[in-house]
Amino acid sequence: MTSPILKLKNVNKSFGPIEVLKDISLEVSSGKVLCLLGDNGAGKSTLIKTISGAFKPTSGILEIDGKPVNFTSPRDASDLGIATVHQFGGTFPLMSIGRCFFVGEEPTRRWGPIKIYDRKKANEVAVKAIKEFGITRIDDGDRLVGGMSGGERQALAIARAVHFGARVLILDEPTAALGVKEAAHVLRIVLQARQKGIAVIFITHNVMHALTVGDHFVVLIHGAIAADFAKGEKSREEITDLMAGGEAMAGLEAEIASYSLNNEETNSAN
Amino acid sequence: MTNNTNETSDTQENSVSSGFSIGSLMRRPETGSIIGLIALYIFFSIFGGVNFITSGGTASWLNVAAELGIVAIPIGFLMISGELDISIGSMIPASSMTVAIVSGYYEAPMIVGIAASLGLGLLVGLLNGILVTRTAVPSLIVTMGTLFAVAGLTLGISVILTGSTSVALKSDDVTKFLLGQFVGGKFQVTIFWWAAIAIVCTYLLHFSKFGNWIFALGGDKESARNAGIPTNKLTILMFMGSGLGASFVGMSQAILYNSAQVSAGMSFIFNSIIAVVVGGVLLTGGYGSIFGIVLGTLTFAVVNQGIFYTDFDANWASLIIGVLLLVAVLMNNTFRRMALSYVPRIKRKVK
Repeated sequence: MTSPILKLKNVNKSFGPIEVLKDISLEVSSGKVLCLLGDNGAGKSTLIKTISGAFKPTSGILEIDGKPVNFTSPRDASDLGIATVHQFGGTFPLMSIGRCFFVGEEPTRRWGPIKIYDRKKANEVAVKAIKEFGITRIDDGDRLVGGMSGGERQALAIARAVHFGARVLILDEPTAALGVKEAAHVLRIVLQARQKGIAVIFITHNVMHALTVGDHFVVLIHGAIAADFAKGEKSREEITDLMAGGEAMAGLEAEIASYSLNNEETNSAN
Repeated sequence: MTNNTNETSDTQENSVSSGFSIGSLMRRPETGSIIGLIALYIFFSIFGGVNFITSGGTASWLNVAAELGIVAIPIGFLMISGELDISIGSMIPASSMTVAIVSGYYEAPMIVGIAASLGLGLLVGLLNGILVTRTAVPSLIVTMGTLFAVAGLTLGISVILTGSTSVALKSDDVTKFLLGQFVGGKFQVTIFWWAAIAIVCTYLLHFSKFGNWIFALGGDKESARNAGIPTNKLTILMFMGSGLGASFVGMSQAILYNSAQVSAGMSFIFNSIIAVVVGGVLLTGGYGSIFGIVLGTLTFAVVNQGIFYTDFDANWASLIIGVLLLVAVLMNNTFRRMALSYVPRIKRKVK
């Protein structure tokens, strides 16, 4: 067992009197995928923002490589190798692939006394980086990002994070807005990132997707960890129930079942 | 960091246009405005007769274009980054009056008047920028506030100091030569300033990393901030740029016409927005080019001045500009869609 890259110890976060995160402890190691599951409003986004430096925890400790850290901005977190990729990839539809890939880190070359943006290099590096993640359709870095599919954009964003030295990759519902095929593609990319030795935190409320790529699972309910288990320890149904708060889901399912039964009865009566 | 992004790439090849094709032309934001400009120029050459094509006719629209263009370029920067600045409408007369009051009424050296005038532009821009970034109130509203505030201040202070709403300005030979001369008796020297500004801004927007930041800012502010771009600083700088552009125009107008009036410049608000939009800049930000803005400005000026060379009533110019704006926006949308769906024909390198 390798020692974890990122560790949270008893992290709490409250906004005024409202407690959003309660006593969260979790860890991710290199080359592992931690799936963070939870229904809407469970505190997933707050947790991500705390890890990525956008929020400061009210109490508790964040450790990287065993050393406590204190982020004052997302920049601090990304300097230590924590990269977040949001649902739509944080990409700019009307920018070229090369430019988008290097936003904020533009390569330049000298042209006489002035520095100019090195389009050729940017395009080459960007196309090569996304090729490594299995996007072979694109071989022109001048194409606009908006012309890519949702999955390809995710690949671009993930490739970008990896290229710039991400060690912990936080993926915020990368598959939520995608079709079945696209989502499968993104899941493959997640596994590729894992293979590269990156610690991945994969946020989703799709249990199937989580089970496909996850090594470890954490279920959040009302800002607290409701379950924390490794791959193979719980079935799909158990996880779904957990996410929805257990009983509530069972009750709902029974209700749906009785409704469809009633429907059949009325249908046969006619 | 796994890469070395800075400097050094020993590829000496020219990175601009590695392969020129109709396809890549269609993807550029200014394609629509080129077509529009050529069509309108031909239209006015036919209906305007010989006078429109002579140097006098050319000067008449180039002069209008230059003054508008110096304002339109920084407005274009702001619009690409998703903001708007309409306070330029009162910044132009305010800086005209500043230079005229300081160097004309109080007879301070010209350089002092010019510095005061440009400084005022930078100051109002700074104020706009700070208000927009701190309050998150839409820039249209913020700059509308400063538009009226500056207009009121200009009028009030001018009347208090000089007792008049118009002040004469006599400038020395050097300033007259640099800022207020008619080259060849017809062409305003501001045309050359405009060209120089366009070249510098082309570098800034398309060939420097700051340009990339501006596009990113207009594309998605949140993502741009996450990518480590100092979005607030950048926004404030761009507002200062538009303040500077407006005050430059106001100041050079005063020097050119040897006087300044309190009310002149409101037309620049809409005209600059029209020039920028006709030039292919997306109103919601993230897309556009300096070359396109220059073309949009020229197009506007050709229509605005060309009408006087035809037999039509000049009132029709507004109709043409209105229709032009709508057509331009629709055309630009089409070209942008083509750019988004553009897939290069198989030109794969043989490995």
